Amino acid sequence: MGIDLAFIWAFLIAFAVLAYVVMDGFDLGIGILFPFFREKRDRDTMMNTVAPVWDGNETWLVLGGGGLMAVFPLAYAVVLPALYIPLTAMLLGLIFRGVAFEFRWRTERWLPVWDWGFSIGSTVAAFSQGIALGALIEGIQVADRAYAGGWWNWLTPFSVATGVSLVIGYGLLGATWLVFKTTDDLADRARHIARRATYLTLLGMGVFSLWTPLIGPHYLGRWLSFPAVIFSILVPLLVLVCVAVIISGLNSQKDLHPFLASLGLFALGFAGIGISFYPYIVPPSLTIAEAAAPHASLAFLLVGALVLIPIILAYTAYAYWVFRGKVRPEDGYH
Amino acid sequence: MLEHLDALLLARLQFAFTIAFHIVLPAFTIGLASYLFVLNTLWLITKRQVYEELFDFWKTIFAVAFAMGVVSGIVMSYQFGTNWSRFADKAGPVIGPLMGYEVLTAFFLEAGFLGVMLFGLKRVGHGLHLFATGMVAVGTLLSATWIIAANSWMQTPQGFGTNAAGQFVPLDWWAIIFNPSFPYRLVHMVLAAYLTTALVVGACGAWHLLKGTALRRSATMFTMAMGMVAVVAPLQIVAGDFHGLNTLEHQPAKIMAMEGHFESHPEGRAPLILFGLPDQQNKRVDYAISIPGLSNLILTHSWTKPLAGLDTIPDELEPPVVVIFWSFRVMVALGMAMLLLGLWSAVTWWRGRLTTDRWLHRAAVAMGPAGFLAVLAGWITTEVGRQPYTVYGHLLTADSLSPVAAPAVAASLTAFVVVYFFVFGAGIFYILRLMARMPAEAEEAELDKGPVRTAGITPGPAQGNPQGGSHGH
Ligand code: HDD
Ligand code: HEM
Ligand code: HEM
Repeated sequence: MGIDLAFIWAFLIAFAVLAYVVMDGFDLGIGILFPFFREKRDRDTMMNTVAPVWDGNETWLVLGGGGLMAVFPLAYAVVLPALYIPLTAMLLGLIFRGVAFEFRWRTERWLPVWDWGFSIGSTVAAFSQGIALGALIEGIQVADRAYAGGWWNWLTPFSVATGVSLVIGYGLLGATWLVFKTTDDLADRARHIARRATYLTLLGMGVFSLWTPLIGPHYLGRWLSFPAVIFSILVPLLVLVCVAVIISGLNSQKDLHPFLASLGLFALGFAGIGISFYPYIVPPSLTIAEAAAPHASLAFLLVGALVLIPIILAYTAYAYWVFRGKVRPEDGYH
Repeated sequence: MLEHLDALLLARLQFAFTIAFHIVLPAFTIGLASYLFVLNTLWLITKRQVYEELFDFWKTIFAVAFAMGVVSGIVMSYQFGTNWSRFADKAGPVIGPLMGYEVLTAFFLEAGFLGVMLFGLKRVGHGLHLFATGMVAVGTLLSATWIIAANSWMQTPQGFGTNAAGQFVPLDWWAIIFNPSFPYRLVHMVLAAYLTTALVVGACGAWHLLKGTALRRSATMFTMAMGMVAVVAPLQIVAGDFHGLNTLEHQPAKIMAMEGHFESHPEGRAPLILFGLPDQQNKRVDYAISIPGLSNLILTHSWTKPLAGLDTIPDELEPPVVVIFWSFRVMVALGMAMLLLGLWSAVTWWRGRLTTDRWLHRAAVAMGPAGFLAVLAGWITTEVGRQPYTVYGHLLTADSLSPVAAPAVAASLTAFVVVYFFVFGAGIFYILRLMARMPAEAEEAELDKGPVRTAGITPGPAQGNPQGGSHGH
């Protein structure tokens, strides 16, 4: 029984992380793309497309992290020390980009400071998250219910590569979001960037898929084992479909399609990682069942989660709906 | 071993530093969110422009403070894992779900409606906009409720067992949430947030009254804020007293340290030490100025009931006395000063001079930061007084630490210190500047009941008595 709840929770945590990645992904992407847009007017508009929603997007990160402590305390207690440095860097990056949303409207002289803070902060946060993912895939050593590795174990060519790929991927999300939410010259330039970012993301995913089995041969085994193998064949095909939708959407001015399809790319990549991990939560040391909190903790929070997550999704959707439509430079929110 | 000790000290410093920055922001935004809701409601009911203007004015300030509160809070929720992983593994099953509920009920609510509140008025209309403002205010209060439940459980844990892996296992959620210190701490904290905000709003109003800018708005906010202080400051002292009695019951060592009682008083008549220099090593308070018997009266409501001292506590389980002895006095002194300010305002208001008494305004400006200082002093008392435990009586701080290397903690502590002072320093500067700049045109139009003047003409130092309309009703 406890085990069953643990699996439900593994799914919910994965959902929270995916929600975080796709939602905060595009607003981190806006920051990553800042250097490509030099005009203040463009930057104002870009920021205004996410200003009303970024805080809600980031809250999924708090749910992913805080929820992990509640339902998989052992995983939380092992993974966070293992990723001490990248996570600290991520937090510092998120501080700069978070306050930039308010600070850059409060000053003229220091505008460049907060613009850079926004851009570098977003990039550092994205890069650190990618590093964290890479390090997790490579595996974390555990002894006696605690992290047993060194301080720099997370730093490898593979984790750096996942870091770079995630920055590019978030850049793609940001670019397609801009295509969807902006007009004229700004949207055209975003289209141009989105096209390149799509190919780079595809490249990143390809490298990732070939490199992962080299890191851990067991991953290949998982991919080729029975039910998973269906996905292993489907995922690459669906990825190509998404890429085609993005490109044709960009060409034919169907402005929502590229954004949705790039979300699809992320969901597919995420599903692929999920399949590789299962049944581990911290490969190769801890399984979902081993890391789960006592039944009473899982059950207590699950009641709330099942009632509240649909409500949260409803009012989040409402907030997006309120701010629907293209954002034009002249109707700035600030 | 030495290295482990260093890492422990550094991790504690990092926690204290980051939470101290975090707590002052919620303390302000909890109060301000409620204040904005009141202003918004008053504006819709009375249709008076002054409320709309005040709402817009404080809304911008709220947005800046809120952004800082959010980013500093995210750091907190990850720090349990990076620096306190053994604590997270063991206590996670109990306090994790409480914080999970905080995310689900409070953070999403705040974040979801914040955008509508800040930017959505034109898109959703007045009714829904008021609703959004209300949801943000409710969210901040829910957030305080859950996190205080978590913290209070760590102070006065109950309702749990332990499993083979050494984890705390929840047995009775009701007992966990409504642990003995929770109601007291929650009331005390929410009142503290309201006081803190009232003092800031009051200081801002007083500042502009002194400078003679935007008199109608300044007078309105000053009146509202001082009314709040006059009512809440006494309540806070009563709440603090109850809180202290509760602590005496459950964490007596903390009270002994706060009071500087190294010796037991088997016959009662324990003195209230007003000032003195506690010396923990030699177990005495030097140069003490004390009132005989009063401490006994406050703590036991009797002159003669016996009162135990730190001599009944093993040395290694004593909290650091000097820190809490002083932090407690700072908090109480500030509380008394707030009480005086409230009384003074009430008397001046009664005599119809609330918006003209310049000395009162100067005092209110000086008291502007007092709430923040009292909140910090109070939390230092609470948290240092709980040492050497993180989960009182059950888990030592030294056993809570992650297997971290001191250099890693030192590096992150340095990074946090530098970034916090830079970023939050800038944020505080922007908030102060926003408070100092009060746009004046619209009010002039309202005052003169004449046509709107050309923008850019600053009104002269209106010497008349424009505040007449905003008090005494
Ligand atoms: C939910 C839990 C929680 C909450 C709400 C707070 N703390 Fe705390 N605090 C801890 C959980 C904790 C802890 C994890 O238990 C620490 C870390 C190390 C320790 O000794 O306890 C701690 C330590 C700690 C210390 C170091 C004490 C010492 O080493 O002697 C200080 C000064 C503070 N805190 C200050 C605060 C302040 C100003 C707070 C205001 C919000 C606060 N804490 C709320
Ligand atoms: C260790 C303790 C704490 C942790 C882990 C923590 C965690 C957090 C997090 C993650 C956020 C950001 C939420 C978002 O994304 O919107 C936040 C904000 C907030 N926290 Fe804390 N917090 C702690 C202490 C406190 C305390 C003691 C209080 C109040 C009594 C408090 C009240 C709030 C409020 C009201 C907010 C909303 C943002 C704001 O108003 O500034 N927190 N906290
Ligand atoms: C003058 C009367 C006051 C008394 C007698 C009093 C009493 C106390 C006591 C005994 C504690 C420690 C509780 C514990 O051991 O856990 C405490 C904590 C605290 N105090 Fe006060 N207090 C007073 C005024 C204030 C004021 C004016 C503020 C802020 C505006 C304030 C804010 C706090 C805070 C934030 C805490 C820590 C949170 C908590 O544990 O409640 N206090 N107070």
